[in-house]
Amino acid sequence: MNSHASALGNDVRARNHPAWWAFLVHRLSGIALAIFLPLHFFALGQALEGAAKLEVFLRWTDQPLFHFGVWGLVVLLAAHLAGGLRLLALEFLPWREWHKTLAAIAAGFTLAAGIAIALAL
Amino acid sequence: MSGNLSVRVWRGRADGAFQSFEVPRYASQSVLDVVTHIQRKLDATLAYRYACRVGMCGSCAMTVNGVARWTCRTHVDKVAADGRLEIAPLHHLPVIRDLVADMREFFDKWARARGSFRGTKTRHDGFAAVSPASRKRRAIEAGIECIGCGVCYSACDTVAWNPDYLGPAALQRAWTLVNDVRDTANPERLRAVAGDGGCGACHTHLSCTERCPKQLSPTAGIAGLKRAVTMAALRGTL
Repeated sequence: MNSHASALGNDVRARNHPAWWAFLVHRLSGIALAIFLPLHFFALGQALEGAAKLEVFLRWTDQPLFHFGVWGLVVLLAAHLAGGLRLLALEFLPWREWHKTLAAIAAGFTLAAGIAIALAL
Repeated sequence: MSGNLSVRVWRGRADGAFQSFEVPRYASQSVLDVVTHIQRKLDATLAYRYACRVGMCGSCAMTVNGVARWTCRTHVDKVAADGRLEIAPLHHLPVIRDLVADMREFFDKWARARGSFRGTKTRHDGFAAVSPASRKRRAIEAGIECIGCGVCYSACDTVAWNPDYLGPAALQRAWTLVNDVRDTANPERLRAVAGDGGCGACHTHLSCTERCPKQLSPTAGIAGLKRAVTMAALRGTL
């Protein structure tokens, strides 16, 4: 008998289908956006302490790494928005076999938003 | 078609291990054929479960190369292109021995979801007239062919994450009864599927819909229950 027993639970082989990947992107983008929120409120808080302080902060963020971060944030927002609309369409509109189409549309929207912001930056 | 299949089969209980076998490969060979060959020719102590062999009874479901499937109608050619098979019992259920999962929890949850019909008529009453074209009857039609194989339950991650979760099959069964105009247990049924382990716990991974061997969409039923529970809560009838 082989000794390499594996746990009897689902692994990537069981989860490898479009809807599960869509779930994962939605969940991870949501967590990442939640982690970003304190930073966002910190930046807004600077504005409350006067224009000069906000200006210092904004100048400090005007560097390539932050621009890349902004691009990432928009992509996360686009992914989370599209994923959320996908779920609402699935659960509230009459049921049809379109969940893979919806996942593809959500992925396409995220990609388009990512390219548009990258070109605008 | 010739040569051998390299087959790893789960032996023992949950703390068991895989055992390797070499099985001759044939044309049109099902995974159940492979398991049967091992039990009849190589190791008579192998425990597994099957009955009809034609996709009706739902008793032969196992995990094949990591994916829950009905083994009687899963061709080896479809799942073992490289000549390798890994066969384990269904996930998320206690293992009795080898490839036999204990289905009690699975069916107990059907009962907890109020999955049995409760009508008011007797044998002396006439038949209920239900139009096959009605919206409710068509909703039933979409979910009624479940054979209770447990593939959706094994494929569902929410079942593993939330042990109270009733699971796709039980909830789909509840949905078919919610749409049954003859049934009288619905306020109670909606309460049964509205709790922490009910339809609201579904994360819409759609693994049940992806893996159902009968191509049913339990997610559709669960989404319907979510809407029905929400409406009942708004009306104050939950």
